[in-house]
Amino acid sequence: MAIRAFLGLMILLLFSSTISTALFEDQVGLADWHQKYIGKVKHAVFHTQKTGRKRVVVSTEENVVASLDLRTGDIFWRHVLGKIDRIDQVEIVLGKYVVTLSSGGGILRAWNLPDGQMIWESILQVSASSKSLLYVSANMNVGKDNLILVFGGSLIHALSSTDGQIVWRKELSTNSLEIQQVFQPHDSDTIYALGFIGSSEFVAYYVNYKTGEVLEQSKASFESGFCGEASLVSDDVVVALDASRTYLVSISFRNGVINFHQMYIPELIPEFSGKATLLPSMHNGILAVDIASTIVMLRVKGVNELKIIEKINHPSAISDALPLSKEQQAFAILQHDESRIHYKVKFDTDLTSEIVWSREDGLASIVDSTTSELPVEKEGVSVAEVEHSLFEWLKGHFLKLKGTLMLANPDEVAAIQAIRLKSFEKNKMTRDHNGFRKLIIVLTRAGKVLALHTGDGRVVWSVLLPVLRKSETCGNPFALNVYQWQVPHHHAMHENPSVVVVGRCGHNFDAPGILSIIDSYTGKVHNSLVLEHSVRHIMPLPFTDSTEQHLHIVIDDNLHAHLYPKTSDSVKIFIDEMPNIYWYSVEVGKNIIKGYSLELKGELDMAENDFQPKELWSIVFPSASEKIALTATRKMNEIVHTQAKIIADQDVMYKYISKNILFVATVAPKAAGEIGSVTPEEAWLYAYLIDTVSGRILHRVSHQGAQGPIHAVMSENWVVYHYFNLRAHRYEMSVIEIYDQSREDNKDVWKLVLGKHNLTAPISTYSKPEVTVKSQSYFFTHSVKSMAVTATAKGITSKQLLIGTIGDQVLALDKRFLDPRRSVNPTQSEKEEGIIPLTDSLPIVPQSFVTHALQVEGLRGIVTTPAKLESTSLVFSYGVDLFFTRIAPSRTYDSLTEDFSYALLLLTIVALVAALLVTWALSEKKELREKWR
Amino acid sequence: MGSSRGRSLVLFTLSTLLLVSVAGGFQSDELLQDDEEFGLEGGRPAADPALSSPTRPPIRRRPDPDLPSGSPDSKSVHFSLEHQFGGSGFSPAGTFTARLKSWSHGGQTLTKLRFSRNALTEEEKGAFERLLKEDGYYTIRVPSNVLNAPGRDFVVSSLRARCIPRESLDEHFIIHTDGVNIVAVNYGSAGACQYPRMLKYPAKWSFTSFTVLKNSEQAPRTPTFAEELLAGEDGLGEGVKPPEKSFWAKYWILLGNLLKHSGHQAPLCEEDDRFISESR
Repeated sequence: MAIRAFLGLMILLLFSSTISTALFEDQVGLADWHQKYIGKVKHAVFHTQKTGRKRVVVSTEENVVASLDLRTGDIFWRHVLGKIDRIDQVEIVLGKYVVTLSSGGGILRAWNLPDGQMIWESILQVSASSKSLLYVSANMNVGKDNLILVFGGSLIHALSSTDGQIVWRKELSTNSLEIQQVFQPHDSDTIYALGFIGSSEFVAYYVNYKTGEVLEQSKASFESGFCGEASLVSDDVVVALDASRTYLVSISFRNGVINFHQMYIPELIPEFSGKATLLPSMHNGILAVDIASTIVMLRVKGVNELKIIEKINHPSAISDALPLSKEQQAFAILQHDESRIHYKVKFDTDLTSEIVWSREDGLASIVDSTTSELPVEKEGVSVAEVEHSLFEWLKGHFLKLKGTLMLANPDEVAAIQAIRLKSFEKNKMTRDHNGFRKLIIVLTRAGKVLALHTGDGRVVWSVLLPVLRKSETCGNPFALNVYQWQVPHHHAMHENPSVVVVGRCGHNFDAPGILSIIDSYTGKVHNSLVLEHSVRHIMPLPFTDSTEQHLHIVIDDNLHAHLYPKTSDSVKIFIDEMPNIYWYSVEVGKNIIKGYSLELKGELDMAENDFQPKELWSIVFPSASEKIALTATRKMNEIVHTQAKIIADQDVMYKYISKNILFVATVAPKAAGEIGSVTPEEAWLYAYLIDTVSGRILHRVSHQGAQGPIHAVMSENWVVYHYFNLRAHRYEMSVIEIYDQSREDNKDVWKLVLGKHNLTAPISTYSKPEVTVKSQSYFFTHSVKSMAVTATAKGITSKQLLIGTIGDQVLALDKRFLDPRRSVNPTQSEKEEGIIPLTDSLPIVPQSFVTHALQVEGLRGIVTTPAKLESTSLVFSYGVDLFFTRIAPSRTYDSLTEDFSYALLLLTIVALVAALLVTWALSEKKELREKWR
Repeated sequence: MGSSRGRSLVLFTLSTLLLVSVAGGFQSDELLQDDEEFGLEGGRPAADPALSSPTRPPIRRRPDPDLPSGSPDSKSVHFSLEHQFGGSGFSPAGTFTARLKSWSHGGQTLTKLRFSRNALTEEEKGAFERLLKEDGYYTIRVPSNVLNAPGRDFVVSSLRARCIPRESLDEHFIIHTDGVNIVAVNYGSAGACQYPRMLKYPAKWSFTSFTVLKNSEQAPRTPTFAEELLAGEDGLGEGVKPPEKSFWAKYWILLGNLLKHSGHQAPLCEEDDRFISESR
């Protein structure tokens, strides 16, 4: 009975301890911020209603459909569709619904325009390979049941716009038909559908809008074939490109008669060479052709007359035409100029324009991030500022005191909250004692680098890297990673830190690499270069040269290593350390992991500084039964406080701590697909712990009936991984902890006294490792998008796992729950140690969501950075949205909370001193009286 | 008195019978476990708990009554070890011999690994001495599949040459296998390798090899859960079964129960009771 009561108490304590890590409602927004984005816009539909607020509905590359305020750019509503649910087209129907076609024409949804609620959803049967088109009649009358047409391959679906029911369905042709253009002449019930059958036949269908009946069809074949692009220039002329992309073919299809007329592009545009591409149709008789970095606008007059209106050099984007009035149309052109963007709006007639608002939506596609310290506070702050802040300070504390004593009226409560939220302290551009203020430097997919302030998430600077832009030397550049380049400690007062951005000119591994060094405080690009070699991996080394630049090794496609920065100083440091530098490469396609050291053959050429690899070890996973699914390593900058772990009965276990452990998970090749695609007997998962210096497999374990997707996180001496258990039909998380046995002897006190211990002996990875492994598996309800672990300055604070759940939230789960030493009935001493009784599954406490009520839509990554305060870890999670907060896994044991009332403390002390004086006086009096007696 | 003597006699007979019958069952089931052990050449048996029980498929092998004892087909396979001194090419250095067992369900496992090292030639000895001087890497490799003919992938492992010499050249192989595939070979010194590595020549220029064959182990699962799962599946699939007790453990339980039974007429053995209450 007593035991039961004790257990109950323990559980109660446990729960209360987890609950207390949660936030109170008024603490929201104090240390955290959340920013909403939509991503790079693909389509935009303007809703220009005369009354009410004007909106634009957009769909983006992040698969977001959103409605924005045209005046301010604010988001009215948005929906993030899944990663696999790509949006193909957006339209507005009946002036009140937004219709989206997604998943390659498979799903049609209607959303309510004012509030974004889904009205209906229809699943259509389309062949996966064909392109889909959504057609909404422009002259729809409200009240009449209007139809939405979806063309997918040779199929037409007509759906009712009010409820999404399929009204009719028509198959036009059994051949490989690709409908290119659909339009409806004014005031007619006939739809014109134009397309290609195969590669050489042009076809025009005239379809009854109400019934789907094919009224007329005409076909004609063209000998040299089409490339599959066509642009509608007027009601009866389509311009297409031929198969070689060197001829423009204008096709007139008036009254069912098809005529071709081809024009050789070099005759029209003399500087043309290579291949042309048609841009989306402008529809007012203007055709836009992209010929190798130049866009040529052509006016089409009749079938055989084309006239060049304008040539635009090196544009990066061109918009669709936007009708302004009956006759007027406008379109916009974007051009890059070094580090600026030129935005031009072209009209049929000249008008002036200005930018009303802009959104920083590149932040929806972050690829990598790093942090940088802010500048040190300079001395010499003006007196007036101090006085002002002193008065504010006193006022603030007086208000807080009132709040604490519950004397504040609602207005004052609101004022207190406002002061807390708008704290001047947290937004300063200087370093603070606690290390909460930092710059988060993010790299976006478009090659833009931005610095965000951790206080409020504002963009401090941003730079669009010119080197990451399409040019002749670099065809298809994209950004890979961002690393710390220089962190000045000795000259922190007058030197700025810098970061290095690494990219590649194309998606192949052999494409040349790009390096760009950027000042962390100002965003100034110090140096940019396109490398002569490719970039396969980049490895920051734990060495710095005399100017405190970090040494980096770039491994190219031939596995040769190149050292950066290319200075004689850094080469000298590197060559001294070279015998102890090892690296590995994971070849996922070949199922091989190989380990290398570096060697220098012959003399070093300073310009090249090229080091050759020497293969030391290899692990070959049998491709019939295993496939590499995931690898994970410890963070390079992680700090472990102690190797010893005190367990029950004053016993010690030594963690096996090595920076070189690689966790590899392999799955059965059959089971690499979706969950449920195989039976439990056909699925398995192998987990490996590999030492990357010697190639030694430290531990290898199999999970039968387990399937991916796998997520893993590694820290100190443990790894936690998440997968699906097919037998139990649930997600599962496993933990492996690895302990060093070779130091076990040190427990003998006499050995320590006599100095016969091996605590100070250097550890060689070539020694035979004596390790033991403890592991356990637990069920976990959620599927996981991303996993991370908290990091603190000294590694003393206990760890929490940060789990990005399927609901786009971040859950903080205490590592204690994933302790392999948990048992059903822990002994008394184990309970004292803090071991939780074993349960089948891991608890999900609603209060332990770091993101509290918010969602980080499209969550992709979680990054943790230690603050200077040991108890606290900074958490930055990104996806379509950004979210930043700081968490204290063991609560803030080393500092007072921000809302601590100093005034109350002062008041208490004053009251105590007063009481002391009064009682002292009283006692003196009493003593005197006693003496006189 | 007479009855008690009679009872103890019965008990003795029973237990003897039990011993005999259990020992009869011992042959195929338990012996296999022994067979998974590694072969050694000239070395101490480095007992490792991680060795036994090949894993895939997860079915625990039971002796098939239709087949004669020792049912799995076994044949001997050879694969060669090649070595390299620094930058030069690989040359043969020895041969591994193992027994390949084929199971009725299609799985194959390697057992009884033996190794014979070729003696070092003078040339090789010179190369090794050079390696020791420059603190270079001594690299070895074995084929990644023991059945296929040479000309496929190799698993490679290297060691700083200065870690090897002791009295003789002491080396330690751990071969991680998966059926007929060799996933990795870990080549290391027999004990610790001091850092900084000192130049030391062996007294005897011959190799002393220790070899260990390792298969992957099954991930442990909470026992309560394993039983629950087994009950849930109702014996349909061979799930993760609780670890089987060793012969002696079973024997003692039975003996204990028999004694208890004879003493107190207890209807159920404790073990069964526990099992039932937990599986409910």
